[in-house]
Amino acid sequence: MTALRHLLRDPVAALGLLIVILAVVIAIFAPWIAPYPEDAFESHLMQRLRPPSVDFPFGTDNLGRDILSRVILGTRNALLVAVAVVVAAMAIGVPIGLAAGWKEGWLSETLMRVTDVFLAVPQLILALALGQLVAPGIGAAMVALALTYWPFFARTVYAETRRLRSALFVDALAGIGASPTRILFLHVLPNAAPAVLVRATIGMGFTILTAAILGFLGVGAAPPSPDWGLAVSEARQHLPEAWWFPTFPGLAILLLVLGFNLLGDGLRDAADPRLRRSRR
Amino acid sequence: MALYVLRRLLLALPALFGLVILTFVLSRVVPGDPAATLAGDAATPAQLAEIRAQYGLDRPIMEQAVIHVRQVLTGDFGRSIFSGRPVTEEIAQRLPATLELTFAALLLAVLLGVPLGLVAALNHNGPVDHLVRLLSVGGLAIASFWLAIMLQLVFSMDLDVLPLRGRVDVAIGLPPRVTGFLLVDSLVAGRLDMFGDALRHLALPAITLSLPGLATIARFTRSGVLETLQKDFVLYARAAGYGRVRLAAIYVLRNAVTLVVTQVGLLFGALISGAVAVEAIFDWPGLGTYAVQAILSSDYKALLAVTLVVGVVYAVVNVLVDVAQALIDPRVAEDAG
Amino acid sequence: MSPPVLQVEGLVVRMRTEGGVAEILDDVAITVPRGGTVGVVGESGCGKSTLLRAILGILPKGAETPRGSILFEGRDILADHAESARGRIGFVPQDPYLSLNPVFRAGDQILEIMRRHAPGSRADHRRRILDLFRAVQLPDPEAALRKFPHQFSGGQRQRLLIAAALACDPALVVADEPTTALDVTTQREILALLRGLVVERGLSLLFVTHDFGVLASVCAEVTVLYAGRVAENGPTRAVLDTPQHPYTRMLLACHPDRATDLTGIPGTVPAATAQPSGCRFHPRCPIIRSGCPVEPPPLEALPGGRAVACPWHADAIPEAVHG
Repeated sequence: MTALRHLLRDPVAALGLLIVILAVVIAIFAPWIAPYPEDAFESHLMQRLRPPSVDFPFGTDNLGRDILSRVILGTRNALLVAVAVVVAAMAIGVPIGLAAGWKEGWLSETLMRVTDVFLAVPQLILALALGQLVAPGIGAAMVALALTYWPFFARTVYAETRRLRSALFVDALAGIGASPTRILFLHVLPNAAPAVLVRATIGMGFTILTAAILGFLGVGAAPPSPDWGLAVSEARQHLPEAWWFPTFPGLAILLLVLGFNLLGDGLRDAADPRLRRSRR
Repeated sequence: MALYVLRRLLLALPALFGLVILTFVLSRVVPGDPAATLAGDAATPAQLAEIRAQYGLDRPIMEQAVIHVRQVLTGDFGRSIFSGRPVTEEIAQRLPATLELTFAALLLAVLLGVPLGLVAALNHNGPVDHLVRLLSVGGLAIASFWLAIMLQLVFSMDLDVLPLRGRVDVAIGLPPRVTGFLLVDSLVAGRLDMFGDALRHLALPAITLSLPGLATIARFTRSGVLETLQKDFVLYARAAGYGRVRLAAIYVLRNAVTLVVTQVGLLFGALISGAVAVEAIFDWPGLGTYAVQAILSSDYKALLAVTLVVGVVYAVVNVLVDVAQALIDPRVAEDAG
Repeated sequence: MSPPVLQVEGLVVRMRTEGGVAEILDDVAITVPRGGTVGVVGESGCGKSTLLRAILGILPKGAETPRGSILFEGRDILADHAESARGRIGFVPQDPYLSLNPVFRAGDQILEIMRRHAPGSRADHRRRILDLFRAVQLPDPEAALRKFPHQFSGGQRQRLLIAAALACDPALVVADEPTTALDVTTQREILALLRGLVVERGLSLLFVTHDFGVLASVCAEVTVLYAGRVAENGPTRAVLDTPQHPYTRMLLACHPDRATDLTGIPGTVPAATAQPSGCRFHPRCPIIRSGCPVEPPPLEALPGGRAVACPWHADAIPEAVHG
């Protein structure tokens, strides 16, 4: 709780939290907030590429759809993709990190070497390759993103487990006969949770950004999905006339990623007392 | 020192070997049947078998793995399915363009990021500091492809001061190829007009690509300087009468930079990834566009080669980073033995 | 008689902290005569490090503008953060491990100080450093110039820092517990070296320590600080043999060697943000009188060049307290 209070006292982190909460609210109530919710799929060719106006604050796109509505509807996609990817990456990375950090030996060595190899591959290229080779589409892109992000969780949890393994209370637990699985999941994992949470928050921002790149390159979300990256890509053919077309979806990406990054930064400071002190 | 470099190189080998294996697994296990991909939808079973035999796909999987490793070690990646030309040749032609772009971006990031971080730390909690903090978080939140388009919109389409895409102006032409780096080759040829042209083409892609690096470097310089300023030796140096400017710009910065250098190594991976999108937008004839083209045409040989080459570049850069660190901080090499 | 090298008068230093404003030093006076050796002794938290930092112009960021005066060679250096005295005051820091920048050669770090504050060319400076390295008995001076700090042992590093302190031919050397971070043998060697340098070069020395043994071996005079105020001062021998202030008396009775802690004395050192009224020692004083919590006692001059901030210093301390 002190961590939360500290977080709210830091204006930058509080701003991040505000953005994220706002985005979640918008995502949940998107169909009711958007002025033209049917514009997710319907096109109105009579009103193509209208500049921003009272009726269409962000203008309309190449198919005459309200860009504001599509930006609002796209929030849900962006968040869902990011949550799914981060959860999946955690499901792979956390157990691997725990296993590798708990005991030294060939298993630990092998796991961390594999992690290193995955880290050495450029994520975007691996994601592109996987996405394309399996089957292009948002599903494949998500699998690919999860497969490229888990090493970060493995690394984080590995470091935390190693640190905690030598802690006194772990020795005490082992001394009274607690099983390693029990110690790991009931005692080590909760203590590693702050670090994992920070990593997950930053991972959300990273995933939203990378998913947008995939959408932009045509291997992520497919039309007519109101995906932000896809919208920027579609807008390219209508420049420089329709400047509003790529601008607003791009700003949406910027704002949401910024929110998660600011929040992650604030969480990191709140979770690390040493940093908390040096901040003043 | 030489021993240290050698050790670092040897340590990089297992990761590279793992990468070779990983690319093999990716190419043979994940896509299902590469022969079917190669032959296309309309292929007859006979054609499929022929392709299998041609690419060695009918042999046992372990044997295929050994062949794959042997080919990679000799630099033979086969022929591109898309263009029919040897992949190695195509990559050799495109690699300098990507390296020129990433190095330019990295240079920009360091030249701007380090002073920004330093000034921010020296004005801790002042307005400049807040601005740099915002920039360093914001810089990582901007989608590179979007920034690229926005820059094109303003500087190429609206103001018309910088070229929209490509690496050279056809009217000016290319200098004779020596290194493949246009900035170098044009100077070698003594053609300042070509140098200027290359620079103008490089400007927008390099700025776009440098932003995340700039943000990261500014941020780590800032925290590194703040941390160093707390040290006893800074207090001692102040008491002993070091000059203010020298203290901040040299004495403190050199310690802070050790942190930054590590980041440069990690950044390089992000830069290469970013280059994929940035190259696509600016029609930059580098590995990024090559990779995207390979992906869209299911040219898995080309794609594996790109992945491997990038992995190797990444590993080499990280060895260089370690060496640089040992040069900056004499304790590093000694601790490692 | 020539004027003193350093004369601190009425120095008040306050620090803004989370717990409020802390009065670290209150009305502190101390004088170092030319060629004199003066020790400042007290427990940790008594303000002796802050006194040094005020003299060196390196008070931490939270410090309010100090009041009083610090006259160095007749000029007040309090206002300009000792900038005008740089190079003229040599500084030997407490921790030789942490006081040198690990990524620069030791010789270069000293040369940089000399470049700014010592006359002559770089070659002159080099010659002078090599002479000083010999004077502080650093083995192989030529090689030492090119070494990095971590390549020296702790004792060698302290010799190096002593040489650095002397590099610009200072009028005053200020030392902050220069031997606490070292092992006992090295400690003795370094003290012997300092004593020798003081005698040979006629140095003026201000020496901060919590160790009475060290104090007695180096300093001719001593000032005892308690909770940011001067408790008493005078010639070292006299103060150690016949301490006057109840604080010094009890301290020497239970810890003849070190002023590290007061385990034999009831109560604790007050927090700097909540100093007791009147005499700051009164809550722990065995001979407290009704006036003690009201008025801070002035520093009263005694025969033999001594002074004490306690009007009741002649009273005996009840035996029971010494348990």
